[in-house]
Amino acid sequence: MDVQALTYLFVIGSFALYIGIAVWSRAASTGEFYVAEGGVHPVANGMATAADWMSAASFISMAGIIAFMGYDGAVYLMGWTGGYVLLALLLAPYLRKFGEFTVPDFIGARYYSNAARVVAVVCLIVVSFTYVAGQMRGVGIVFSHFLNVDIIWGVVIGMAVVFFYAVLGGMKGITYTQVAQYCVLIFAYLVPAIFISLLITDIPIPQIGLGAAVNDGSGLMVLEKLDRTLVDLGFGAYTDGSKAMIDVFAITLALMIGTAGLPHVIVRFFTVPKVSDARRSAGYALLFIALLYTTAPAVGAFARLNFIDTVQDAPYAEVDEWFKRWEDIGLVGWQDKNADGAIQYAPGVPFDGPPVFTGERGEQGQRTLANLPSASANEVYVDRDIMVLANPEIAALPGWVIALVAAGGLAAALSTAAGLLLVISTSVSHDLMKKTLARGISDRQELRYARIAAATAIVIAGYLGINPPAFVAQVVAFAFGLAAASLFPAILLGIFSQRATKEGAIAGMLVGLMFTFAYIAYFKFVEPGRNNADHWWFGISPEGIGALGAALNFATALIVSRLTPAVPAPVKALIASIRVPAGVERPHDHP
Amino acid sequence: MSQQPSPDTNHQRYWRANLKLMGLLLAIWFIVSFGFGILLAKPLNRIEFFGFKFGFWWAQQGSIYVFVALIFIYAAAMRRIDRKHGVSDDDQSEPS
Repeated sequence: MDVQALTYLFVIGSFALYIGIAVWSRAASTGEFYVAEGGVHPVANGMATAADWMSAASFISMAGIIAFMGYDGAVYLMGWTGGYVLLALLLAPYLRKFGEFTVPDFIGARYYSNAARVVAVVCLIVVSFTYVAGQMRGVGIVFSHFLNVDIIWGVVIGMAVVFFYAVLGGMKGITYTQVAQYCVLIFAYLVPAIFISLLITDIPIPQIGLGAAVNDGSGLMVLEKLDRTLVDLGFGAYTDGSKAMIDVFAITLALMIGTAGLPHVIVRFFTVPKVSDARRSAGYALLFIALLYTTAPAVGAFARLNFIDTVQDAPYAEVDEWFKRWEDIGLVGWQDKNADGAIQYAPGVPFDGPPVFTGERGEQGQRTLANLPSASANEVYVDRDIMVLANPEIAALPGWVIALVAAGGLAAALSTAAGLLLVISTSVSHDLMKKTLARGISDRQELRYARIAAATAIVIAGYLGINPPAFVAQVVAFAFGLAAASLFPAILLGIFSQRATKEGAIAGMLVGLMFTFAYIAYFKFVEPGRNNADHWWFGISPEGIGALGAALNFATALIVSRLTPAVPAPVKALIASIRVPAGVERPHDHP
Repeated sequence: MSQQPSPDTNHQRYWRANLKLMGLLLAIWFIVSFGFGILLAKPLNRIEFFGFKFGFWWAQQGSIYVFVALIFIYAAAMRRIDRKHGVSDDDQSEPS
């Protein structure tokens, strides 16, 4: 079978599996729809959390980003894993003991205020929609590249599948499909990584291969060879960063607390039976995530080596087929600046902006670009995403591995999209309708609202996936920054401080949210020309500003809490009760 | 986080034990990631560790392994502390 047929087989097979699981685990009550009745085994929940967490960005983009950032890529590696330590130690067990359905439920009850609940709902919806648009986009990319389906049809098919199992199965359906999706995506990630590690170092474990010697007879270590190659070409060394230390610090911190504050991750810990299970389950989740996250730096380094080996000084006419294939899709571009017919790779951008193809072919058969060449010697434009997608081709791996990567990318994107859509629909049907606008509706009505909200959210997300706002890549900074600056401090103080009042929490969330929003919006959209270290506050980039936003949130909440009437006695009793595991109940509505 | 000095109830002792354990583990969390992986990465890079520069290894590999271990250690240690103070959820496997 050719690669195309294999890819269809893998993708259709995995979709059939997900839908089969959804039918088997159909949700009948709001308890099942929202939190799977709190009956999920901690290991299964760990896998589901890992699939939920690892998005199209983790699967497709991260290794490519690390490949081009070198040491600086550590901000994502540590930032997106270290948050689980905070989640496991500071939030998950207590929120599980609290025992309702949503994050706004907790904020609303702990801060005895519907206003606080609504602020939390707004934060949640902004954060989650930002995220979900990116997932749908990932689905579209995989379909169009591997299956030659138009990107629009790719998104529509993805929407249909998510619709089927998220709307039907709710949390219960999502949880068990995510377990399957984790298995698909981790297998699809590790197989090519192992092959490439063997190819370059003869060692099958990528984590060890990254520290081993290259098998080309030079006797150099992988990272040593990469450092030397890059320095020879005029880049900085791979193992040195180019970001300022304070910025690396701030971005890592913002991503960590942003991760711990993401509602679709937190809510996964409402699904396990007990408090002790919530702690353990966070450990399993991070273990399953770490499997991919410790492999990614190896994939990134190997891919960069492979890429330079293939491309550097290769005459275009003789370069490997994959280069031309990805050029046809528009993710690679080449401009023969010195007219020698060979490809030169060097620091700096090759030309202004993203490639604009004229539709004609140059002398060597390359696609001609309309962009103005830059002053640098670099002739190659590479989209970072192809580092994972094209890696199996670059390393000349068998067809079934390429097919597997397609199925894995889809699993990663669909599982995250489903988890996000669920928290969006839950917060609409439960927090906005049941608890605020339409009090006293029955369980059945609420479930219907949840399904309608999920369906609406899927259509909006699909629309955003097909017509991505130009700033899709930029708004990722929003999602983490806002989660870090708004939700995390409010939840943390709610558990650990008896003094934090509703006024304090609301003021804190608003200050954190508005400050972070304004800072990012200013540098990303209002004055993008000033987005550099000379103008940043304390040298902190918009990606890292969530850390400062969170600090402002904490400070505001603590000061305002001192000036306002103390927390009422029933709420103090609630705080005392969530601090001990004994007496945990199945999640339910408190009257 | 404010604790009255007395009377010292069982729940307060439990909570203090929890905070102490948490503080210790979070200190390790901070040292391996922000300490070894970022603030001290440059000096540590002079040390070679199984083919890696040591600071680079902490930033891209080591800290993640430690994170995983920290959560399992917390879960296990808290189970013991829960039981010691009689507040565990051991017999609540299938509520109601």
